[in-house]
Amino acid sequence: MANVRLIARLDIKGPNLIKGVQLEGLRVIGDPQEYARRYYEQGADELLYIDIVASLYGRSKLTEIVRRAAHDVFVPMTVGGGIRGVDDVRDLLRAGADKVAINTAAVRRPELVTEVSRRFGSQCMVLSIEAKQQAPGRWEVYTDCGRERTGVDAIEWAQRGVELGAGEILVTSIDREGSRKGFDIALTRAVAEVVPVPVIASGGYGAPEHLLEVVQQGQADAVAFADALHYARTDIPALRSHALAAGLNVRKV
Amino acid sequence: MKVTVIDYGIGNLFSVARALERCGAEVQLSSDPAKIGAAERLVLPGVGAFQDGMQGLRERGLIEAIRRHAASNRPLLGICLGMQMLATVSEEFGTHEGLGLIDGRVVPVPKTTTDGAPQKIPHIGWSPLLPAAGAQWDDTPLAGIEPGTYVYLVHSFHVVPRQAASLLAVCKHGGHDVTAAIRSGRVTGCQFHPEKSGEAGLAVLRSFLAQ
Repeated sequence: MANVRLIARLDIKGPNLIKGVQLEGLRVIGDPQEYARRYYEQGADELLYIDIVASLYGRSKLTEIVRRAAHDVFVPMTVGGGIRGVDDVRDLLRAGADKVAINTAAVRRPELVTEVSRRFGSQCMVLSIEAKQQAPGRWEVYTDCGRERTGVDAIEWAQRGVELGAGEILVTSIDREGSRKGFDIALTRAVAEVVPVPVIASGGYGAPEHLLEVVQQGQADAVAFADALHYARTDIPALRSHALAAGLNVRKV
Repeated sequence: MKVTVIDYGIGNLFSVARALERCGAEVQLSSDPAKIGAAERLVLPGVGAFQDGMQGLRERGLIEAIRRHAASNRPLLGICLGMQMLATVSEEFGTHEGLGLIDGRVVPVPKTTTDGAPQKIPHIGWSPLLPAAGAQWDDTPLAGIEPGTYVYLVHSFHVVPRQAASLLAVCKHGGHDVTAAIRSGRVTGCQFHPEKSGEAGLAVLRSFLAQ
């Protein structure tokens, strides 16, 4: 398999980098540009920007944030939040994004996944799934940043998303987000087992063993880290050397 | 150093342009056949489907301009889809003619490993760039980096050149050699994204600008 990617996730509200807890409690951390530059310099394999309120208000400063980032960041950037159609995708790509992550709009109108992948390629279309556990082995898809239930089964939606054209799946566990209790291994694995495309696990990192678990047991192809990086509880070089020491294949820088 | 980035309505020119600027280049984006035909150095970027890419070039009358540029032995760098379009023909969604600047076919990345296990496609992520058998990186855009340097790729197809001498670098995917860079004269193609491969990628662009 390809090398596991270590991704710095930046949740955005308005012009600010924020920290979410279960996608709800928000705290402003700072200027996203400063953090993006720091993670690039640390050797992050990718950056992931999610505007966490954009789908509620339908407006976003994300394009501007991405355009600024593209001056200093020369690794891939995935951008999500508030994307409603192919025009939004085109604008983000033109601003310097490489891929888009779509959640709410894809649930409301699944054809959007196909439209984006036809127009820009499936490698560009990341289906973002925010899931909350309902019962052992069962997770429900939430939209609007964990605010709205959908009644849709997360595993079935992942499969359908790939059929529609998604080239990658971002799985965020609402239960674990900001908890530092570790990733939702069962959720990540359940998705990874049914889709032929890479899976990014997000939500819950608290300690180095969580990274190992989600790759080895959860079969994640990429792992996202947010507040652990923002608050400097760890950094990308530490994660990378831990992964290498444990025998995971990651980029050597 | 002046460099012209071909704007043919596809993909993410901004990142390529920013990265070239970071390397000290004076970047011009153009879809004008006259400007492209007269450029000192050309970059053909692109992501997406092969036939859409070729269609974008055709509609703007750029195919002959790019061929003229290459024929006059001026440096040309194709990136990702831009590299694939340098080849003779592609098998992506049917059979489509390419620019034919490097003799080769664009074929799918194998869907199984050499052991027969299924592997994930697209091939996304960072891989070490390895010299192809007998390949010399001196005087190519790869001159500035060490063998084994990690670069970023995202692709489902790759170019298989007809002549082994065109193959500059490979990456391993599931045990297979996947083409990462090809060359013929001063026409170079890289499947990886130098504009997204961190400092190593910038070193590749600097070498291209110094060619």
